[in-house]
Amino acid sequence: MQIIIPIGFVAALALVLGLGLAFVSEKLAVPVDEHEEHILAVLPGVNCGACGFSGCAGYAKALHTGAETNAGLCAPGGDEVAQEIGKLTGFSSEHIVPQVAVVRCQGGENVAKKTYHYSGMRSCRMAAQLAGGVKACPCGCIGLGDCAVVCPYDAIRVCPDGIARVESEKCRACKACVAVCPKDLIVLVQKEHPVPAVLCCSTLKGGDTRKVCTKGCIGCKKCEKVCPNGAAKVTNFMARIDADRCIACGECAKVCPVGAIQ
Amino acid sequence: MKIFITILITGILTQNFVLARFLGICPFLGVSKKVGTAAGMSVAVIFVMVLATAATWPINAYLLVPRGLEYLQTVVFILVIAGLVQLLEVVLKRFLPPLYDALGIYLPLITTNCAVLGVVLLNIQNQLDYPQALATSLAGGLGFLVAMILFAGVRERLESAEIPKSLKGLPATLAAASLVSMSFLGFAGIAENIFN
Repeated sequence: MQIIIPIGFVAALALVLGLGLAFVSEKLAVPVDEHEEHILAVLPGVNCGACGFSGCAGYAKALHTGAETNAGLCAPGGDEVAQEIGKLTGFSSEHIVPQVAVVRCQGGENVAKKTYHYSGMRSCRMAAQLAGGVKACPCGCIGLGDCAVVCPYDAIRVCPDGIARVESEKCRACKACVAVCPKDLIVLVQKEHPVPAVLCCSTLKGGDTRKVCTKGCIGCKKCEKVCPNGAAKVTNFMARIDADRCIACGECAKVCPVGAIQ
Repeated sequence: MKIFITILITGILTQNFVLARFLGICPFLGVSKKVGTAAGMSVAVIFVMVLATAATWPINAYLLVPRGLEYLQTVVFILVIAGLVQLLEVVLKRFLPPLYDALGIYLPLITTNCAVLGVVLLNIQNQLDYPQALATSLAGGLGFLVAMILFAGVRERLESAEIPKSLKGLPATLAAASLVSMSFLGFAGIAENIFN
């Protein structure tokens, strides 16, 4: 019989607490909006911030309240998610072109000159504060992998030659790496229609680029001459390719003497 | 008044729950990666510690002791703390959404924080009266806050240090924790000697 009292006591306490909780949660329940929950369920939930909000919940809330009327801001979700959100909210989205990030530098080991040996913190942003990084080229990839660390999809790796590279299958164009690169080397390019990318950012004069890196764009204008549609343009000793005019014929990549266009 | 100052000093420095009594190690290691989240967790712990003591002390004194059921303390206190945290979550969500958002996931996590259970049990064991028990809980929570913020600072620096591969992650973190703990041993004796 001794056991009855403690059992009864604990059971009674549990009952009181349980009932109290049930009562309180019923009385004080915050009305959860199903509409917002649905939008949140459609979003991929990686909280990458590519949409410009603090996370998926922030974007869902803004869509729900009407503070944001563009259904196509979710880069990782792409077209599918945009369509779904459009259905739920009635907001339209422009057709989302799938994009991937690309690191615009090929100045790896034995390609680009280094000016000093860096042995500080393993962070590009740190290294960039010391004379702009170890590379003699002011636009060289520092290669300490800040972009690889922030990538939520594990799509960026620093290759053995000291250059960060993006695996385009894994990249979901969330722009986390774009924001973190101290050299602004990473840009988004179209994934499907393969517009050749100029893998160099150097605006040094041709000769000066040549001195610090064997794969840098020297501004020779060969691509400009060979391009049948006027998409390639050299400004400030740097070739740029206009994605809208490019027909992806690949001529510029063939003629580039330094292999900067790929 | 003097006794409360003593309680605060001992609770925060000499008898720090994490660094001297080794309670609540799980959140100490788990959520101390960033100073911001560490502070959030600690504020939630302070909150729950004081509330848990406020609820469990009367339960023990007026329900358990008169019936000779002291041996049920652990079970009953776990039950009460769990219920209390749930209740707190509901109430905060309704009336203080900003605080609820700030504490986030840490609030439910505290249900299983042994520092909270430790403080309520120790209060009973040391036969403190009600105000003293509340002060001890507050001091315990503040001590947790101090330990968390100090250690989060250490860890943020550890993050960017070059550590031998075999020591990366938890080993280095535990070594750092022991060093921080050792530094707190330096406070032992301070409280007794200041106030006596």
